[in-house]
Amino acid sequence: MPLLVFNKNGIYCPQADVYLDAWRKVPKCIVTHGHSDHARYGHGQYITHKTNIPIIKHRLGKLQVQGLDWNETLLVNGVKFSLHPAGHIPGSAQVRVEYKGEVWVFTGDYKLQDDGLCVPFEPVKCHTFITECTFGLPAFSWEPQQEVFNEIDSWWAANRSNDVTSLLFGYSLGKAQRILKNVNADIGPIYVHKTIYDLNKAMAKDFDLPEFTLLDTSIDKAELKGSLIVAPPGVQNAAWIRKIGAQTTAAASGWMTFRGARRRRALDKGFVLSDHADWQDLLTAVKATGCQQVIATHGYTEIFSRYLREELGLDAKTEATAYEAETIDQTQETA
Amino acid sequence: MKAFAQLIKALDSTNKTNQKVAALANYFKTAADSDKVWTIALLSHRRPKRPVNTTLLRLWATELANIPAWLFEESYHIVGDLAETIALVLPHPKGSTEMSLTKVVNEIAALSSQSEHIKKATILERWDQFNYYERFVYNKIITGGFRIGVSQKLMTRALGQATGIDTDELAFKLMGNWDPKTISFEELIIAPSEAAAVSRPYPFFLAHAVEGKVEELGDISQYSFEHKWDGIRAQVIFRAGTHFVWSRGEELVTDKYPEFDELLELIPDGTVLDGEIVCFPNGQIGDFNMLQTRIGRKNISKKLLETHPVILIAYDLLEWDGKDLRDTPFEQRRKLLDKLVKSKGENSPLYLSSTMNFKNWEEAAAERERSREKRSEGLMIKRKDSHYGVGRKRGEWFKWKVDPFTIDAVLTYAMRGHGRRANLFTDYTFALWHEGALVTFAKAYSGLTDAELKEVDSWIKKNTLERFGPVRSVKPEHVFEIAFEGIAASKRHKSGVATRFPRIHRWRKDKKPDQANSLEDLKALIPE
Ligand SMILES: [Zn+2]
Ligand SMILES: [Zn+2]
Repeated sequence: MPLLVFNKNGIYCPQADVYLDAWRKVPKCIVTHGHSDHARYGHGQYITHKTNIPIIKHRLGKLQVQGLDWNETLLVNGVKFSLHPAGHIPGSAQVRVEYKGEVWVFTGDYKLQDDGLCVPFEPVKCHTFITECTFGLPAFSWEPQQEVFNEIDSWWAANRSNDVTSLLFGYSLGKAQRILKNVNADIGPIYVHKTIYDLNKAMAKDFDLPEFTLLDTSIDKAELKGSLIVAPPGVQNAAWIRKIGAQTTAAASGWMTFRGARRRRALDKGFVLSDHADWQDLLTAVKATGCQQVIATHGYTEIFSRYLREELGLDAKTEATAYEAETIDQTQETA
Repeated sequence: MKAFAQLIKALDSTNKTNQKVAALANYFKTAADSDKVWTIALLSHRRPKRPVNTTLLRLWATELANIPAWLFEESYHIVGDLAETIALVLPHPKGSTEMSLTKVVNEIAALSSQSEHIKKATILERWDQFNYYERFVYNKIITGGFRIGVSQKLMTRALGQATGIDTDELAFKLMGNWDPKTISFEELIIAPSEAAAVSRPYPFFLAHAVEGKVEELGDISQYSFEHKWDGIRAQVIFRAGTHFVWSRGEELVTDKYPEFDELLELIPDGTVLDGEIVCFPNGQIGDFNMLQTRIGRKNISKKLLETHPVILIAYDLLEWDGKDLRDTPFEQRRKLLDKLVKSKGENSPLYLSSTMNFKNWEEAAAERERSREKRSEGLMIKRKDSHYGVGRKRGEWFKWKVDPFTIDAVLTYAMRGHGRRANLFTDYTFALWHEGALVTFAKAYSGLTDAELKEVDSWIKKNTLERFGPVRSVKPEHVFEIAFEGIAASKRHKSGVATRFPRIHRWRKDKKPDQANSLEDLKALIPE
């Protein structure tokens, strides 16, 4: 019996009777991070990194949860579980699973770039590496973060000088805070959509975020002129957006690599900013584990695993999961 | 090249027409003159001869990116655009260059006569000096097909802002046969040019589709009706003792239609006709498939002229006696045109698109119902007092097409979408029943809502039978109503039938696959 198996509920450790990021209700589940396709509602017991507790409670309400530190070992029926930074969003962890000398690592979602917000990714040695590969295609190659933020800053500054409001769409958990943390707050006032505002409040004490104001209907339109509004992608077509006057829209996502993706969403501008690993970083991560076996869970799984098999000689395969590979058209809050 | 790539990036960075115009106008104010000419040329689909085929480009990009060939092809399939794929998979550039657009374009043009070795060395050197947008633009110049949402109209607006020249005049100047290699910005845009004016067509005036109820167009006596012919829109120009045939794509196609040579003797100098070129075998209008065959042939052989003869169905007169008639009301232009065409006798390749008047909209609707038997696509509705404008203008000319043909077909294959829909299976192949088996008859890419697309996509992923690269065969389980505009017998298609503009009309969840139509049902729709 393999140490971890994929069944209809999620990724399962039979020896410990524990699930990882289960997509159906299970009695006991280790959760890698707070995105809704990984942290689902209704498990009996949640085990997660301490940072995630306020986030998950904020999203799912009251629940029974045990918090772990980085590297802290949880022993269940002889199986050692521990959490290691995944660098995806604040609190995001890889799960290391060890039993009788055999080590598996499940990445959840991850990136190798240091975003200045969350604890950076740490490679973990293992025999079997279960990895996401949302951007597992050589077409994806991220620029250094500072270059992207220079672009965002100059876009905002130019809009501001034309009295145009800048609307920047990014996922409310992770991307929004990364933007707030790294954008040049001296340019002008920053407003955030309520979803983001509430999340920020829930997690603020751990992060040194710049000043942000809740965007609500009482704010005078004239005040918004030239400001930066950070909002989740799902509200792009909301009625209030049309009411705020002269504006220009942009999204921050890895999908903005494709010219077509931006056009399809009828955005003015796309910034290539992702919380997932690009092609080279996925390969770097795989190599750093020293693993022999790879299981790709979501993204361009077939292409990525074929490359690992044929070019790197690894035993790589894919397994179907219910994790959503942050699709281009996605407006829901997952990933 | 840097300024041009910046321009393309700026045009790419907004969906707002005003900002696009501003970016272009700013470029036209600041760029070097020769670069401006090449910019106009490239944005209106004029480009240097392709120096290398795309197979070689792919091979070189694959080598430089150091990835296996299959991975390049998978990436290309997902990105959907070759120029973009190459720009994305190449490693970050090691150098940079200040080469001007003109220099780059001239270098590309000169490559044609070089050895493959030099072609490769040159292109690889540029790739390693260009940033992402420069690479993308460079690849587009080599492969052709700049589609970045800059219409001719948008460009003339920008040129108008930059130069102060009237946009109609600019539109006129940009049409026709000019060569960016030899013409200067001064000659093309600034100076009035007599020689070029001889060959130049007028910008085509276009119709709007009827939206909502046709009765809302109001008083029917204000309108003149014609059938809407399904051919190639063309202007035939008689000036300075010679003639020119222009198609709507602003291509000079005089040589492709030698049938019209004889008109030179019949039509007085200083005449411009607007009409539709259609195939006309055996004294009746042929189907679009015939015309497609004619367009596709490079050599116009004697035999082809016999089997696929064309005529011009004229519907407007834009110039008469050397005078621009575009401001004359339609009704008066038509009187002149009718007289001109009717005097030409039976055997000329010049026909008239007859005008009709109706007392009420019911009568008009009844005539529209007869469109298929008349081999037309529906009716054209033109205001009798309309001027011949530029581009598409609201409230003057309308097209009122007949409802499309429809047939229920079974989904049999699916392919991943390109670029924006790279994760979804969005390109479908449909089949009809024939002797107990399903025979492919059409591919369709559009017509479903986003929610339906997602639903079909996840069904496909779970019901795949076989994979062939990006294509999957799926269980024959779902029935879709496919709509299309035209139908014709075709030897090139396995089903023996060609359909025009097939698209998904709706998902027939109420139907089982055995309730889909048969190939015989489809063939019964082919007009006699
Ligand atoms: Zn995630
Ligand atoms: Zn995920």
